[in-house]
Amino acid sequence: MQAGSTITLGDRSLSLEQIWQRLDEVPDPEIPAISLVDLGIIRDVRWEDGTLEVTVSPTYSGCPATSMIKLEIIKALTELGIPRIDLKRQLSPPWTTDWISERGRKRLEDYGIAPPQPAGGPQHCPHCRAEELERISQFGSTPCKAQWRCKTCLEPFDYFKCI
Amino acid sequence: MAADPLFELLLRMGDNTLILAQRLSQWCGHGPTLEEDIALANIALDLTGHTQLWLGLAGEVEGAGRDADGLAFHRDVWDFRNTLLVEQPNGDFGQTIMRQYLFDAWHVLQLEALRESSNPQVAEIAEKAIKEVSYHQERSSETVIGLGDGTEESHARMQAALDLLLPYVGEFFANDAVDEIMKEAGIAPLPDSLRSAFDEQITPVMQAATLTVPDTDFAHSGGKSGRQHSEHLGHILPQMQWLQRAYPDASW
Ligand SMILES: [Zn+2]
Repeated sequence: MQAGSTITLGDRSLSLEQIWQRLDEVPDPEIPAISLVDLGIIRDVRWEDGTLEVTVSPTYSGCPATSMIKLEIIKALTELGIPRIDLKRQLSPPWTTDWISERGRKRLEDYGIAPPQPAGGPQHCPHCRAEELERISQFGSTPCKAQWRCKTCLEPFDYFKCI
Repeated sequence: MAADPLFELLLRMGDNTLILAQRLSQWCGHGPTLEEDIALANIALDLTGHTQLWLGLAGEVEGAGRDADGLAFHRDVWDFRNTLLVEQPNGDFGQTIMRQYLFDAWHVLQLEALRESSNPQVAEIAEKAIKEVSYHQERSSETVIGLGDGTEESHARMQAALDLLLPYVGEFFANDAVDEIMKEAGIAPLPDSLRSAFDEQITPVMQAATLTVPDTDFAHSGGKSGRQHSEHLGHILPQMQWLQRAYPDASW
């Protein structure tokens, strides 16, 4: 049973909004401080003939978390009682760090990861907020991060690369 | 020509990224510093991601039921279409970085052109990959400059790497029948149309690195046509494929 954006499953109804809310509770497997919705990789959720179509854009091409992310989405939606789920991969337009939500950026910083900046480097140290910084390496512990260091508190930190 | 030219083009793209990724991942745990080790492994990972896209599309185009894994793990040397440059040994760190920079400089130009491809699937893979590859080039060019314009020792090693590897660059820019058909169809650029932009990219970098570009037109060839790979590919493949050769289509 399908009416607009709400579908009836057994004795209850489920809106697309509730589905987005559930997806917003699924943490990114590599940076659990933010959700898949915060990361901006869920591009669309819609019903198509009783099947829930979820469109996902990959972050980095070779990101090993991609298959884990698919599993986590299917698990979360299956727990909501959705019987048929179709995950679609969307390459174009390519995912950009501009799609990370404001709340996601805040959560990254609270977690100790400097959020991406168009200038190509972190704005300030996520620990002490000092602005005297130096890059240690263009790459880091995951494909999406680089390593920087704060010259004031001397702590190294991850920077979420801007792409 | 036996094979579909689009299939050939996609193999050329995917085999370049696959074999270079395999070469780079051989550094994992052996890098000169932790940061460099991580960087090479991350670049290998990006290139592996591109391989999945290119070879995945190649499998679709071929329509014979082979997916990216099938193409990567169940072909032998003569079926590979990567250029000879990417199968060359890692050598020392400088040689690996020089090989990477020469490849990146071509790769960025090739992807820029493929973004305009008349084939939308080719265009969207190129659009995705170029973001990562531009970052690779940023790093490899900085590292070439740092090492070339570094100590006497590092300079000598970088010059030796450039002398050794430059003759492998010509293959990227040599047109053949596949290229002509792809150009005609608006799918891919003619390789030689990218040469002057390539030279414009590397000349200032080599200057800043205080390195002398050898004055030679000699170009090794035979990789992208599959006619004659170097012996090195025959050693890379068993290492990469042994598990799937011993246990076909194993999963865990
Ligand atoms: Zn600090």
